[in-house]
Amino acid sequence: MQESVGQELISFRIGEQEFCVDIMAVREIRGWTQATPLPQAPSYVRGVINLRGAVLPIVDLAARLGLGATEPSVRNVIIVVRIGHRLVGLLVDAVSEVLTATADMIQPTPDVSSDAVKMFIKGILALEGRMVSWITLDRILPEQEAEAA
Amino acid sequence: METLEAIKVTFFQECEELLGDLETGLLSLQAGEGDDETVNAVFRAVHSVKGGAGAFGLEALVRFAHTFETTLDKVRSGALKADEAVLKVMLRATDILADLVQAAKTDAVVDPDRIAESSEDLEAFWGGHDTAAPAAAAGESDDWDFTPLAFAPVPSLAPAGPPRWTVWFKPSTATYAKGNDTVLLLRELARLGDCETVLDASSLPAFDALDAEESYLGWTVTITTEEGEAAIREVFDFVSGDCEVRISGEVVAMPQLSTLPILPPVMDLPPLALPSAQIPALAAVEPEQRDVLPVDGPADLHPRDKAAKKEKEAAPSAAPTIRVDLERVDRLIDLVGELVINQAMLAQRVGEIDLTRASNVQLALESLEQLTREIQDSVMAIRAQPVKSVFQRMPRLVRETASMTGKQVKLVTEGEGTEVDKTVIERLSDPITHMLRNAIDHGLETPDERIAAGKAPEGTVRLSALHRSGRIVIEVSDDGKGINRQRVRELAVERGVIAPDQPLTDDEVDNLIFAPGFSTAKAVSDLSGRGVGLDVVKRSIQSLGGRISIASKAGQGSTFTMSLPLTLAVLDGMVVSVGEQTLIVPLAAIVETLKPKKSDIRRLGTGMLLAVRDAIVPLIDVGVALGWRSEPIDPTTGVVLLVECEVGGCAALMVDAIQGQRQVVIKSLEQNFQRVESIAAATILGDGRVALILDVDTVVGERRVEAEAGGSPRLALAS
Repeated sequence: MQESVGQELISFRIGEQEFCVDIMAVREIRGWTQATPLPQAPSYVRGVINLRGAVLPIVDLAARLGLGATEPSVRNVIIVVRIGHRLVGLLVDAVSEVLTATADMIQPTPDVSSDAVKMFIKGILALEGRMVSWITLDRILPEQEAEAA
Repeated sequence: METLEAIKVTFFQECEELLGDLETGLLSLQAGEGDDETVNAVFRAVHSVKGGAGAFGLEALVRFAHTFETTLDKVRSGALKADEAVLKVMLRATDILADLVQAAKTDAVVDPDRIAESSEDLEAFWGGHDTAAPAAAAGESDDWDFTPLAFAPVPSLAPAGPPRWTVWFKPSTATYAKGNDTVLLLRELARLGDCETVLDASSLPAFDALDAEESYLGWTVTITTEEGEAAIREVFDFVSGDCEVRISGEVVAMPQLSTLPILPPVMDLPPLALPSAQIPALAAVEPEQRDVLPVDGPADLHPRDKAAKKEKEAAPSAAPTIRVDLERVDRLIDLVGELVINQAMLAQRVGEIDLTRASNVQLALESLEQLTREIQDSVMAIRAQPVKSVFQRMPRLVRETASMTGKQVKLVTEGEGTEVDKTVIERLSDPITHMLRNAIDHGLETPDERIAAGKAPEGTVRLSALHRSGRIVIEVSDDGKGINRQRVRELAVERGVIAPDQPLTDDEVDNLIFAPGFSTAKAVSDLSGRGVGLDVVKRSIQSLGGRISIASKAGQGSTFTMSLPLTLAVLDGMVVSVGEQTLIVPLAAIVETLKPKKSDIRRLGTGMLLAVRDAIVPLIDVGVALGWRSEPIDPTTGVVLLVECEVGGCAALMVDAIQGQRQVVIKSLEQNFQRVESIAAATILGDGRVALILDVDTVVGERRVEAEAGGSPRLALAS
């Protein structure tokens, strides 16, 4: 884990499972605040919160990955990530640690998981008996509706 | 290099303003409103573009600007009358000049044929090729063109301006040996005033006898300048001793001398140098007289009058201005937005700790609130701009559209000075462009049709802007044939926009052209049919919190009316509660609020209606419309907001309670997320939470479409 070349990742928990995202995408980590729900939004979009004057959409990552909706409480955490030019908050259960992953630690996603999960998993990290799934962020937000109907 | 780039950016910014001035000037000349000053302003605009372009070595631009300038100079000097034909060519030349500037900016190339065509048209007015060196152009010292020069015929009553000087100079071989360049001298002279430059190549030997190192050429420059002789002398400071220079003042008493070398027709004559022997003599005779002399000239020659005239020229641009990077202003707006939110938070906190109303804290808070509002208004005023910047681009569009459709169009603009926030200005251009194209392409008839209908062959399109109850209203009207309701109806039925037997008022039929899926595909032309239907225009206007509608009279024309908020940064809103949520309803949309009585509620199928005095309007539960609850609340426990919107006339929105009115700062949902149906934007409340701003038109409009489609909500979403 101490290799000089390698990518730094932030790992977090949703239920019993562990996931991670590229640390470069993470802007900040903050506690849960009540979100304002958006009409006609997908169920995994919890709503929007005020992040120092900007309106930040909150994605319930568990719901997005098809693991069931989260019942957020003060113990939950929002990871603020940059996706393209957007800032988005990811609702997770808890943040665990910072990992350094080298290329040889990453395995391709086995062909067993559900499609919903596979869409977002870039690879699997096997660490001393733990398994951490690396999440790609580009597809987390709902597809943009085409402007011209 | 970076500095040069920065200067270049400034140059292009200036170019945009200059081109605008140019077009405005020409148009006012065309309308018969211009005077000499307008001609001068137009000339100056082209001249400045040329000057700047020369500095950056933009050859094509310089060359074309020079031709243009020469033609304008003829107009200025009175040799050419600015009649309809001339102005038409000049307006086209303005378009090309704009294209060239744009091309220079993006390193693109403008079709050389178009440039050549326009240049020829311009040249046709004064017959021939002007090779007089563009004063500020770079690199014409390489110009080995010794053809006799033509120059502008000056009016015989020459002294219609500042004193004129004749400068004759011939650099010696030593001048060049020391690295001096004649072009720099000419450029310096040009800086003093307008110059007529004549090349004296009379001592140039035959080619075989030519010594490459020898200097043969001399120049006679007739310069019109307020500066004195000393200033002219100063130009030659660096070459003194190496260069023969003779300077003489304008002599009105002997006009034949000053006008002699520039009397038309000159083209066939060999180049003339001023008889140098006479010049010193003249200078000796006239010095005290030259400022006093033009007694016979027009009255405005008097220095005092000239000074007055100068003042008049300067007057329009008297108020000092600064250029500021837009980002800085936006940053300021954001900060003020934060300040407003913070102030609201503070007010709420103070309210929570239950101070007596008269306490000092409360008073200080009130003055803080007032200050905050004033700061906000002032900052908004910084960004407010007249719509002129958008309107200015339209005459060109109209000309192009007119020539493509073969129609004759006159554009009349009104209310160019109407101010609106920068955020709105930027987004006005597309809808206006579309509406204008539509008016010309579909609204106006061809000249033949118009004559047959007993109208003038030239159609009129009117573009106007005005402020009305806190919004900006833009109208585009034409005096064309109006909407063919029969055909619109047929098409709408054909495309499944409406049911064949649906009863519609004329007004409703007219507004069908904005319906999604309605695009007069049969009439798709190069212009309006660019794949963007009016429904998209409508949607983009709605997303700005605006509305658009059309009114039409058969045979008399149509009028598009578009109204937009003056700013996209703040909004006066009604704060309401819906379920556990707080929502903002734009105050502009609310007509009145009321508590409904049980007897006023009617049920119609699954929907509800509310009787308001003698009208019956649909009653919409906002919570249900937004999907926050499945069953509407009991209307008698809630509050009803009577709203007016563009699509469905009046409607009643039902909410749980009203919290109050407040000015809110608009925050985009699209920045970090995407457009949300029925929601215009978001804001941040005093308690730091996000509240959504309701898009009244969509909420009501959607209900209407649902109702019309027989209660199927899917159709509204699918369209």
